Amino acid sequence: MLGKESPRDYPDNQRTIFICQGTGCVSDKSVEIREALERKVEELELKSVKVDFTGCHGFCEQGPIAFVEPEGIFYTHVSVEDVPEIAQSHLQKGKPVKRLFYKDPVTGQAVPYYKDIDFYAKQKRIVLRNCGRINPERIEDYLAIGGYQSLRKALFEMTPEQVIDEVKRSGLRGRGGAGFPTGLKWEFCRKSPGKVKYLICNADEGDPGAFMDRSTMEADPHAVIEGMAIAAHAIGATEGYIYIRAEYPLAVKRLRIALKQAEDKGVLGEKILGSNFSFKVHVKEGAGAFVCGEETALMASIEGKRGMPRSRPPFPAQSGLWGKPTNINNVKTLASVPVIIAQGAGWYAKIGTEKSKGTAVFALTGKVANSGLVEVPMGIPLREIIYGIGGGPPSGKHFKAVQTGGPSGGFLPASLLNLPVDYEELTRAGSIMGSGGMIVLDEDNCIVETAKFFLSFTQAESCGKCVLCRLGTKQMLDILEDITTGKGKLEDIDLLEDLAKDVVAGSLCALGGTAPNPVLTSIRYFRDEYEAHIKDKRCPALACSELVSYYILPDKCQGCGICLRDCPTEAISGGKRMVHIIDQGKCIKCGTCLDVCPTKFSAVVKVSGEKVTVPSKPIPVTATKRNTGASGGSPLD
Amino acid sequence: MESNIKEQLDDILSQYDGEGDDLIPILQEAQERFGYLPEGVMAGVAKFLRLPESNVFGVATFYAQFKFTPTGKRMVKVCRGTACHVKGGERILESVQRELGIQPGQTTDDFEYSLEVVACIGACALAPTMMIDNEVQRKMTPKKVAELFSNRSKGGENAR
Repeated sequence: MLGKESPRDYPDNQRTIFICQGTGCVSDKSVEIREALERKVEELELKSVKVDFTGCHGFCEQGPIAFVEPEGIFYTHVSVEDVPEIAQSHLQKGKPVKRLFYKDPVTGQAVPYYKDIDFYAKQKRIVLRNCGRINPERIEDYLAIGGYQSLRKALFEMTPEQVIDEVKRSGLRGRGGAGFPTGLKWEFCRKSPGKVKYLICNADEGDPGAFMDRSTMEADPHAVIEGMAIAAHAIGATEGYIYIRAEYPLAVKRLRIALKQAEDKGVLGEKILGSNFSFKVHVKEGAGAFVCGEETALMASIEGKRGMPRSRPPFPAQSGLWGKPTNINNVKTLASVPVIIAQGAGWYAKIGTEKSKGTAVFALTGKVANSGLVEVPMGIPLREIIYGIGGGPPSGKHFKAVQTGGPSGGFLPASLLNLPVDYEELTRAGSIMGSGGMIVLDEDNCIVETAKFFLSFTQAESCGKCVLCRLGTKQMLDILEDITTGKGKLEDIDLLEDLAKDVVAGSLCALGGTAPNPVLTSIRYFRDEYEAHIKDKRCPALACSELVSYYILPDKCQGCGICLRDCPTEAISGGKRMVHIIDQGKCIKCGTCLDVCPTKFSAVVKVSGEKVTVPSKPIPVTATKRNTGASGGSPLD
Repeated sequence: MESNIKEQLDDILSQYDGEGDDLIPILQEAQERFGYLPEGVMAGVAKFLRLPESNVFGVATFYAQFKFTPTGKRMVKVCRGTACHVKGGERILESVQRELGIQPGQTTDDFEYSLEVVACIGACALAPTMMIDNEVQRKMTPKKVAELFSNRSKGGENAR
């Protein structure tokens, strides 16, 4: 649908410009941009130009994003100030605005067309198939591209058993992280005795660093609703819930609009499409508890209780919400279902690896040139995702590790970059697929400190029911705190591993069961970094603030006064044309001086485990050094 | 309970039929209305749902969303998600704490600002981020934080 090769093939009529209205772009005023465009188009009386919007493209770093059909021209970093030029040059005269084209961060080349952008061209988008392509607040757009046809097929051409069989043969597995076969889960619920059954969509995307569920619901809410209706038909449920984080207000709004439209069109509600099947969906907003992503905790939360997991069995398929048989699937799992019904199990099962079928969606972020949502066939190597699509770490830094699966996942080192990405391989390497967070770390990130960060998150989110999860993680965290502040002992490493095993064994749910993963994998692959912190009191990445110091090099400082002015604790002394000195006692190691020191001087250094000799008090900058261009704009000049 | 609070609470409760699963939505709506959950509201909700007050408190304190003290005029949320963390989110939090002189969960003495940390606002590609009310501040640095609140020490005026 992205049009032909050249914009010249099109006359300057019949154009539509789509502005992204996903959370990322909205945060940078894309609503104002759309409104300004609407006004400008009206002012110029461009009768054949339509201004429309889409949900998230999954390429938020380039936002605000706009694209123009039928040419398929892709604009990045659009601002309100660019609106007149886009309207007059492109929409009126057919001449695209070159300076807003996407620039490949690796090659530096401008890429005008959506379809030519490597970030997208190398993906296979099934879950995200409509994201950024349709207006999510208009059901007609979804219907026009075949929406709800799979539901029609499931209701009129297939029995519930046939639907289940189709999903089983497709090999689809739960995209929430655990990877349980979806068809089998449906079958358990179908076969469970009872008249009243429930279907729940788990949209409690609590993993920091993952936003694919949010984007899917914002950009293509009907795909999720259609998947839910098909699943409800399969298991025999007439009522469903979407349990969604309250932190996603835009997704909540779009879902509510979509549900209303679906009922109005008769694809949801009583006697759907004239069949005997009725299905109603409620939206329940979460209240800020990570553990509610766990299915038994989630159901407790819907019932209005504290969201604490319980032991299984009984499984939700036997006794779930209000004691009734219940099936819970993740957003991505449900959004995959309409495609599987439309294209067939055979088509889907051809994608991916032997045991992991279909595609995986990752939120690729951290130290990578192209960050955003990436959907790829299961089984492609990590390297292809991080370098092929992501462009690798920016500004020539060295890749250190990738952390997959959110706070309960593990770190994988450079030596595993050829690892094929699927459920089994990731587990074997000590990590998990999890929710699909994929955070790239470079040489400036400390592994020990990052492991501590993840554990501090899971420790704080532990519901407290299981002693080892509640207190074991606390002990582990205290040990990591000691190590990152230079108080660690060598035997701490073994102690951490012992504690980790106990926490896993002593926890009811996956939160405790996986919380030690970051610690275990960081010890497994990066033991030397732990030892550097403990033995040498040194942080090799220069990230642990207790172990680093900042110094101003006397032979480079030009006495310009910028760091002195910006230091928040007035720890820097020196005057005009005097070499500046940092008072190590007052320094809080915020790094502002390093940030603001002009690159042409680069006088501030950060070190760990070594001393830098500097004068004890400010001395004059020598005359010869003044020739290097230190004046001009200096606050002390 | 102050009469206007009671009135507003009754207004909220009138939309519900009093089932147990109404508890969290009612608390959410009450917090939206009052900015926090006053004690009287908790008691009123318990009575309406025929639940022990301890039960209502138990649920409300379990979820991070609910607050039990009044908050400032503007809410500052610093993202502590992973993508923000690896790009220096901790430095951003430290800077905000320093500029406002409060810790997460606290409110400034003049009730201008409250500070919170959030696990992830889902704008990972713009890291490190923070929010002031509903406005996302992207790609933050300690210096940008200082600029945001630069007017504060000179008389408590809101920055920007």
